[in-house]
Amino acid sequence: MSVDRYTTLNLGPTHPATHGIFQNVLTLDGERIIDTEQTIGYIHRAFEKIAERRPFYQITTLTDRMNYCSSPINNIGWQMAVEKLLGVKTSKRVDYMRLILMELARITDHLICNSVIGVDSGALTGFVYVFQEREKVYEIYELLCGARLTTNIGRIGGFERDFSPEVIKKIYEFLDHLPKVLKQFEKLLLRNRIFMDRTINVGAISAERAMNYGFSGPNLRAAGVDYDVRVTCPYSSYDDFDFTIPIGSQGDTYDRFCVRQEEVWQSLKLIRNALDNLPEGKYFVDVPEFYLPPKEKVYDNMEALIWHFKIVMGEIGAPVGEIYHSVEAANGELGFYLVSDGGRTPYRLHFRRPCFIYYQALPEMIRGGVLSDAILTMSSMNVIAGELDG
Amino acid sequence: MDNDFITGKLKTRFIDDILLVDESSDMLTVVVPGKVIHEVIRFLKENESLGFTFLTTLCGIHYPDQELQLGVVYHLHCFSSNTHIRIKTFLPLENPLISTISDLFSAANWMERETYDFFGIIFEGHPNLKRILNVEYLDYFPMRKEYPLEDPTREDKDDSFFGR
Repeated sequence: MSVDRYTTLNLGPTHPATHGIFQNVLTLDGERIIDTEQTIGYIHRAFEKIAERRPFYQITTLTDRMNYCSSPINNIGWQMAVEKLLGVKTSKRVDYMRLILMELARITDHLICNSVIGVDSGALTGFVYVFQEREKVYEIYELLCGARLTTNIGRIGGFERDFSPEVIKKIYEFLDHLPKVLKQFEKLLLRNRIFMDRTINVGAISAERAMNYGFSGPNLRAAGVDYDVRVTCPYSSYDDFDFTIPIGSQGDTYDRFCVRQEEVWQSLKLIRNALDNLPEGKYFVDVPEFYLPPKEKVYDNMEALIWHFKIVMGEIGAPVGEIYHSVEAANGELGFYLVSDGGRTPYRLHFRRPCFIYYQALPEMIRGGVLSDAILTMSSMNVIAGELDG
Repeated sequence: MDNDFITGKLKTRFIDDILLVDESSDMLTVVVPGKVIHEVIRFLKENESLGFTFLTTLCGIHYPDQELQLGVVYHLHCFSSNTHIRIKTFLPLENPLISTISDLFSAANWMERETYDFFGIIFEGHPNLKRILNVEYLDYFPMRKEYPLEDPTREDKDDSFFGR
């Protein structure tokens, strides 16, 4: 077989089917993929370097821009990492509020990913249906923090404001309405012959290889490994709740789809449980060095004014220390390795970005398959360009 | 599996090469010399009673005031006992060579490329050690501390009022 019979095809950097900016230079034999070379870094913004000059609260806005499909998880994960360094323990109400927001974010992320798998296999309708629901979650974010996509939600120590009755009403409405849409969506795809033919045994990876590649989140669970940070290292009172971790067996596109779909149902259950049992109390804890005082007090109380100034200018040093904190983000284990030398900014901050780690397995997963399946495999891995490039 | 068990196991195998064992942070931290890093990681991964089969992160760090300025930090996770461990190693700024662990963990391939890209640490035996996030023609390693984040020639910003 001579090399001449292979075709080289540039998939990307900007290709409508890749949902983000990354390039794959494919070597094709007809329609079959022989090999691929990935190029990433098109939207690299040097967050780790920028973080070395920013006070801790300003880094929350950087985390927004990593996995922008579920920014509250990134925001809250970072705030919890700082709290771990400071040794702050949050109240149950803060924990439950965080849990509700993180699960809402997980739902939106999974809805986008799964509906995009549908789009890439030719079913645009489901996408439009679930996007309507995502909009409702964004309205909840908007009520809470004023932003929709890059939320910058919450503060170190809790939240900037409490859940208003309107927020609670909107969440309940969402919980009541989403199952109907989700059932329609599942009816459209889950046992659809065309969809199953397109996804079963496509882009499969074994549990062993997935572990070796550092997979985490739904992608690892679809391969059959029951690793979930929410269970192994519970944070934010996840251990108060009873929920199931769905796992797959083949590690293929269809399993990844099913795992995500079931996680949405589990998240709905978690949110309802947390909201029904939302403890009374304050929506923030007492960390005057990092949590802004109420604005009214700033005008007539000297200490409050001082704290306000010091926090906004980022003049307060964190304790010396080194921590690793991880949360179960929508697409895997999002970790923060934070080294502090006692200064006002981190000495070193490294983000464990789940899709940066698992995206490198793509060549192995699509080798030998056809081009159209590669597109599906890629979208089912939930690679978010912002997080990939960091 | 507690910290004493892990350090005991490591010490029986690498008695002369454990430079420091630190339990003050959130997980067991072991500092080893760069020359044994591959052996240590392989031991942690393949020893049946340890089983650190998941590479959580691998990243670089730069301490300009140390004799060995560049560091590589590995976080490993054992799923069966749910234990984390942090392995650190330090290298000189000139010729920072360390052996790759991408043969043990495929995940390390891009992590090492990223560390090379930002810190200039050279992973020997890596199958494809080239820049990954930065442009290929970049001639410095931007995460090293001597490269300021902001343009040092700027005169319109004065941070000295804030004690920086």
